[in-house]
Amino acid sequence: MDSQREATGPLVSETGAFVPSNDGTPCVLANRLDIGFPNDLVVSGISFELKQGEAVALIGTNGSGKSTLLKTIVGLLPPKGGRVSVFGMPPGHNARRIAYLGQFHASGFVLPLRAVDVVRMGRFPLRGLLGRMSHQDESIVMSAMHTMGIEGLAEYPLRSLSGGQQQRTYLAQVLAHQADLLVMDEPTAGLDAGGRELFLHAMNDELCRGASIIMATHDIQEEAALCQQVMLLARRVVAIGAPQEVLTPASLLETFGIVITGEKRVHVLECKHGHEGSEPFISGGRKM
Amino acid sequence: MDLFITPFSSNSFMLQALVAGALVSVSCAVAGTFIVLRGLAFIGDALAHGVLPGIAVAILVGFPGMIGAAIGAVFMIGGITLITQRSRLSSDTAIGLLFIGMLSLGVAIVSRSSSFSGDLTRILFGEILGISMTAILIQLVATVVIAATATVCSRPFMLLSFDPEQAQVAGFSVRLYHNIMLLMIAATVVVSFQTVGTLLVFGMLIAPAGAGALLARRIQIMMAWAILFGVLSTYIGLLISYHFDLAAGAAITLVTVVIFFVVFIIKNLRTGHAGQLEGVAHG
Ligand SMILES: Nc1ncnc2c1ncn2[C@@H]1O[C@H](COP(=O)(O)OP(=O)(O)OP(=O)(O)O)[C@@H](O)[C@H]1O
Ligand SMILES: [Mg+2]
Repeated sequence: MDSQREATGPLVSETGAFVPSNDGTPCVLANRLDIGFPNDLVVSGISFELKQGEAVALIGTNGSGKSTLLKTIVGLLPPKGGRVSVFGMPPGHNARRIAYLGQFHASGFVLPLRAVDVVRMGRFPLRGLLGRMSHQDESIVMSAMHTMGIEGLAEYPLRSLSGGQQQRTYLAQVLAHQADLLVMDEPTAGLDAGGRELFLHAMNDELCRGASIIMATHDIQEEAALCQQVMLLARRVVAIGAPQEVLTPASLLETFGIVITGEKRVHVLECKHGHEGSEPFISGGRKM
Repeated sequence: MDLFITPFSSNSFMLQALVAGALVSVSCAVAGTFIVLRGLAFIGDALAHGVLPGIAVAILVGFPGMIGAAIGAVFMIGGITLITQRSRLSSDTAIGLLFIGMLSLGVAIVSRSSSFSGDLTRILFGEILGISMTAILIQLVATVVIAATATVCSRPFMLLSFDPEQAQVAGFSVRLYHNIMLLMIAATVVVSFQTVGTLLVFGMLIAPAGAGALLARRIQIMMAWAILFGVLSTYIGLLISYHFDLAAGAAITLVTVVIFFVVFIIKNLRTGHAGQLEGVAHG
C-alpha cells in the first residue's frame, strides 16, 4: 500500500522540492477543538488558524497539553470534540505534506542505524513503500545534515551519538522531508547554543520556502519570537495572538505562576530574499 | 577435509538436513532481525510455543502438523493482539500465561497419543535428519515469501523499529505493518518447526539476529550477519551431531547460542577499550 497520494496534494517541482499549494486553505484550522486521552480531557475549546508560511508556538508548563495538541494535529490522537482540519482534511490524511518530530524517541538507541539512515527516513513519506530514492533525495538528505551541522557524523551509528547530536539528527530528518507543515515537539531540547542557532536559521528558511510550523517550546525569547502567533496553554488556552501581545507579564503569570522579568530580547531573522531551493546551505550558518 | 565434507556428500539425509537447516536459517534471520529490533522476543517465544496444541491436534487427527501449527499461530496472534489492545501494563503477564496455557494444552493433547514421548520430542526439537523433499520445498517457498515481504516492507519495518509514531505520521499504518510482521514471524515458526522444533526455533530466531545486532551499523548488514551465523551454525551443528552422535536440532541451536555469546564477549571486550577513543573521534 502506498502512502496517501491525494488528488489535492501539492505539485512536486523539478528539483523534487514541494511547492506548497497556495489555494488559501489554512494549514491547520481548529474550531472549539477538545483534546485529550480516553479518560482525560486535557484542553477544551481550542480555536486557531495556522496560515501557510506562518508559525505558531505552543508555550506552557509541563503537563499543560502541548504534546497532546501536536499529536492530535498529526493524527496520533483522535480529537475529543470540536473540529480540526489539516490542509482541509481530518488529521492523519496528509502524510506526504507533514513532518513530525515527537518529544521522545523511544527505541533509537538499540537500532543498528547510522545517522544518515535516520535522516533518509524523512524522505520515506514522499517515496512511499517502493519508490526509488533518487540522487536528488540523497542530496537533500546531505544538505539537511549540513544545515544541522552533522554532515561529519553521517556514517556514525545513531547509538554512538550524544543526546544533542541525536536531536540534530532528528531535526535533519524533519528538514529532509521538505514538508508543507512542520510539527515539532520541543525541537531544541538538548541542543547547545550553536545547535539552537542552526535550528533558528533552518526554521527561518523553511518559513521562507512557504512551509508552516507549529511547535511546542519552552524558549520564550527566541523561538516564540520567530512565530507569528503564540498560544499559551495551561490545560486551557490562556491566550493566543502575536508574541508582543501575548507574552505579557500578566498572561505569563497566569500560565506559569511565576514571571522572571528581565531584558526582553527579541531575535528577528529576516527572510533572505532570492533564496532558492538551488542553494540549500545557509550562508553564515555556524558549523559545529 | 573428510571430516568436514564427507558426512554431507555420502549421506543424502545429511545433505537434505543441511539444505533444510540453511533455509530455516535464512527465514529465521529475516524474521529474527525484526523480532530483535522491535523487542518482540517475548511475543516470538509465545508464538513459537503457542502453536503446540495445533500441531498436537493435527497429529492425533492425522493431519499434516504444519496445518495445525498454522491454525495455532493464527489463534496466538489473535490472542496477543487482543491482549495488547486491551491493556498495556499487564500484557506481558497475560501473553506469558496464554503461552504457558497453550504449551500445557499441547502437551496434554499429545499425551493422548500412543507414542507420547516420541511425538513430543519430535514437536519440540524437530527431526532435521528425517526431513522430506516436500518439506524442503515448502520451506523454500516460505523462505522466498518471507524474504520478499521483508524487502517490500523494509521502509515501514524500519520506521516501526525506529519509532511507531513516526511510522504512523509518515503514512505507514502501524496496525497493518505490525500485523504483517507478526504474520511473517508466525509463518517462520510454522514452516520451521518440523526442522528444528518449536523449542529450538526460538533460538534460531533470536541468537543469530542478536549477534548481528551487536556487529552491524545497518539493518541490512545485521540481517546478512544473522544469515551467515544461522547457516554456519547449521553446518557446524550437523557436523557435531554426526561425529559425536548428538541430537542434531539441539546441536545446531547450541552453536547459535555459543556464537552469540562469543560475539557478545568479544564486542564487550573491544568496546571496553575502544569506547573512549570512539567518543573522542566524534567530538
Ligand atoms: N499517554 C497518556 N495517557 C493519559 N494521559 C496522558 C498521557 N500523556 C499525557 N497525559 C496527560 O495529558 C496532560 C498533558 O500532557 P502533555 O504531554 O500534552 O503535556 P506537555 O504540555 O507536552 O508537557 P511537557 O512540557 O512536559 O512536555 C498531562 O497532564 C498528562 O497527565
Ligand atoms: Mg510535551
